[in-house]
Amino acid sequence: MSHLASLDAHVLDLAWAGVLYWLGVGFSALLLQRQHGLLTRLIFPLGALGALFMAGIGVAGLLLPASSMVLPIGLPDLPFHLRLDALSAFFMVLLGGAAFGITVYACGYFRNMAAGPLALLALWYHLFLAGMVTVLLADDAYAFMVAWEVMALSSYFLVTTDHKIPEIRRAGFLYLLIAHIGAVALLLTFGVLQGGHGDYTFNTMRLAEMTPFWSSAAFLLALFGFGAKAGLVPIHVWLPEAHPAAPSPVSALMSGVMLKTAIYGLLRVTFDLLKIQLGWWGTLALALGLVTALYGVIFAAVQSDMKRLLAWSSIENIGVIVAAFGLTLIFHTDGKGALAALTLTALLYHALNHAFFKGLLFVGTGSVLHATGERRMGRLGGLIRTMPWTAWLTLIGALAIAGLPPLNGFVSEWLLLQAFLLTPGLTQPYLNMVIPVAAATVALAAALAAYVMVKFYGVIFLGQPRDPALQHAHEASWPERLGMLWLAGACILLGLFPTLVIQWLEPVVLMLTGQRLSGISNWLLLTPVSAERASYAPLIFLAGVTAVVALTYLWVRRVYHGRVRRSEPWDCGYPEQNTRMQDSAEGFGQPIRQIFEVFMRVERETPDPFDHHPHYHGDSRDKLWLLIYQPIADLTAWLSMQAARLQHGRIQWYLIYSFVTLIFLLVLTR
Amino acid sequence: MSAGILLQIAQTLLAILLAPLLMGWVNQCRAWLQGRSAPPITQPYRSLRKLFHKDAVIAHNASPLFRFAPYMKFACMALAAGIVPTIANDLPFSPAADVIALVGIFALARVFLALAAMDIGTPFGTLGARREMLVSFLAEPALLMVFFTASLISQSTELPIIVATLAHKTFAIHPSLAFAAVAFWMISVAENARIPVDNPSTHLELTMIHEAMILEYSARHLALIEWAAALKLFTYSALGIALFLPWGIAPQGDIAALPLALAAIVAKLAVGGAALSFMEAVSAKVRLFRVPEFLGTAFLLAVLGMLIHFLLEG
Repeated sequence: MSHLASLDAHVLDLAWAGVLYWLGVGFSALLLQRQHGLLTRLIFPLGALGALFMAGIGVAGLLLPASSMVLPIGLPDLPFHLRLDALSAFFMVLLGGAAFGITVYACGYFRNMAAGPLALLALWYHLFLAGMVTVLLADDAYAFMVAWEVMALSSYFLVTTDHKIPEIRRAGFLYLLIAHIGAVALLLTFGVLQGGHGDYTFNTMRLAEMTPFWSSAAFLLALFGFGAKAGLVPIHVWLPEAHPAAPSPVSALMSGVMLKTAIYGLLRVTFDLLKIQLGWWGTLALALGLVTALYGVIFAAVQSDMKRLLAWSSIENIGVIVAAFGLTLIFHTDGKGALAALTLTALLYHALNHAFFKGLLFVGTGSVLHATGERRMGRLGGLIRTMPWTAWLTLIGALAIAGLPPLNGFVSEWLLLQAFLLTPGLTQPYLNMVIPVAAATVALAAALAAYVMVKFYGVIFLGQPRDPALQHAHEASWPERLGMLWLAGACILLGLFPTLVIQWLEPVVLMLTGQRLSGISNWLLLTPVSAERASYAPLIFLAGVTAVVALTYLWVRRVYHGRVRRSEPWDCGYPEQNTRMQDSAEGFGQPIRQIFEVFMRVERETPDPFDHHPHYHGDSRDKLWLLIYQPIADLTAWLSMQAARLQHGRIQWYLIYSFVTLIFLLVLTR
Repeated sequence: MSAGILLQIAQTLLAILLAPLLMGWVNQCRAWLQGRSAPPITQPYRSLRKLFHKDAVIAHNASPLFRFAPYMKFACMALAAGIVPTIANDLPFSPAADVIALVGIFALARVFLALAAMDIGTPFGTLGARREMLVSFLAEPALLMVFFTASLISQSTELPIIVATLAHKTFAIHPSLAFAAVAFWMISVAENARIPVDNPSTHLELTMIHEAMILEYSARHLALIEWAAALKLFTYSALGIALFLPWGIAPQGDIAALPLALAAIVAKLAVGGAALSFMEAVSAKVRLFRVPEFLGTAFLLAVLGMLIHFLLEG
């Protein structure tokens, strides 16, 4: 026990050392600008080790009591306060675990990049990681905002790695803009939270007495600020632009990990810093989350760019997480502590799952992009035959995100749905009406996610290559495979051992809701409440499936035969079929587009029937962009045009302006 | 416990062996209603036997996924059949997967088959996969809502406990269950590829869904898929019986009630199969883009059932 106690005192020092280590790794990359081999073989592996170390610190932080420290850096009177408690520790495990796999992958992914840009990228990459960890460790608003900005700016430079492409510059600008609108909201949040003390440490904020009005103001500002980072509808528009624009490991980090820092912030402000919580906040968050989930998955279904599809799917998952957050708030304020614990567990579990499966899918698309140079799904196909490693590992991610047993996506969905079933008897009657509708929406979004994943996987990896060049697609390199193996392994393990994971989440749940799950009994059977209410045993399930598959296979082989004849696929009596006749991404999404056409503006160009080189163009645009953002952009442009009238570029005019201003001021102050 | 495991295995095997019989019975009834001379009730077994004896013909470019999918589908359906109480309520395997997991098992089988359908890369395969996923994305949440209504009444998502609650408690009227039952019927029709959503005996490209997915399969793989389809029909029927007409299922530890339970389930399945074939005989297949409306209705009915539970019975 004594060595644990000594670790206790130093775990935060170690965490900070890890941050400095990442900074050191990042800056030393700059010294190796000409050494391409060292950059991929040394810098990124060192960064990956740092990630593993951070995950270890996180695990230790979950077991140990909270510790805090003050760092004498920053402005003279404003030192950095750092604190490691269960909530930070959990998100550190998420960050470290996912970032390890992604960074190992990055060792192989960036091998073709020129050394100069790669050195810069390595710097931003490690700054980004260090910024995210510091966000989790920060214990005062000042440190938090500095880290938050480091995270936002470094990720901006990562997004615009290919800055020679105009669309990417545009995406980067949009990202930067919305990130800063969000950051302003966060500044205001902390301004409200400090409650007039002028002291911006989180400790003071925890103690501040606030009226419900100011608490609500802080909550709404935080919801807006963190929502802008998380991609909550309607402030999601940057996400499907920025995430696909970045190099794939960075997309994976942004979708898998960075979005979770926003969830962390939301939990920190709502459950830790604010003393009181109000029920209607939960209803608001629940409604926003459900709208986001549905909106995201519908748009994911109609995308034809594989990375953009995944970005929309991230919006969906964030929606589910925020819906769980809203439910937790509802239950917490309604005095249903056990239920709040259940939904919070589902929330944390889903955040963890999403980090791994979305990371896996994004890096999978990275390998495809490397091998084929193509992001449009309509030009891919049949890659399972040329890239079996990538294909089979990505399949695990696709099945996990589709919420299929026995993988991890199913567990968190199962926990969340259980929470809906346990709700009767809320004190607010209208909530009892909301719950079934919410349950239905979550179920619908989950089912649509399966649709999206069949489309994603089927169009890219299955079928026949839509382009002859795809026959020569090369398999991912070994570091890439190892990174994917790590992420896929996590998806499987998180799916098979839910009780262990939930026990391990318990300190976080206990810290935020003051409750623990009642029913957890043994490692085999997951029973969140009691065995009579609900149970799920993924290991037994897996054993059952494996046993039946094996028995059926052996039986068919023994009793009958294993003879196989290979032939051409059946052409249905029409011999002139070609590979372009398979469903394209647009084709596969067409039913969804037709059903949910109200949400989107569809542009379609259909070719002339006699055209020898027919060209089809279809685009489904986000209607919210047209309804909200376009008017704001137009208004800003119009105002700037009006202001521009003052500018003539002639010195006489400017002298007249100064003269008039002077007279005006003289008259005013006389 | 050991008796329970024996019963579990017996029940699952019984479902696997008897499922084609239900299919045969439905086909026979339908032929009668349509004024054709009916095939014997054992026709599905003969087809399966024939298929197992044939050589499998597989496209050159088929990946291992294509060959694995039929086994996966069959395994999922066998497990699903093992969870649903048919004759006895004593199922040691059922804690491994509750009703939500049951929906997950159906989804797992469906996703594998849809992926396998896209594997060869013929236009029909992808078309079938797309249509199948279209049907399922509405049917799956609706099914979940039906289960939710039943779970809310019985305060559990474990099927044996739901059945025990619904079968053995004193007479109580649950209007929500009526809505759920109608929704469940519509979902079962859609999920099992029956008229009016899909036609199991068509190979017309404009209309087929399930058949389009499995066009590339032959011999033992096709046999497994056909068998799994029969098993799915059986499981859905057993589910409907367990949720809405549970009387007669032997309670836990009551061996003496088993023969009666067997008779009850056979009678119920016979009536249910005849009703299904009657519905198929009197209705026409709807256009594909009317299917979302059909399933949307089922979904809304199921949600309405849950709302009614909260309003009237909560």
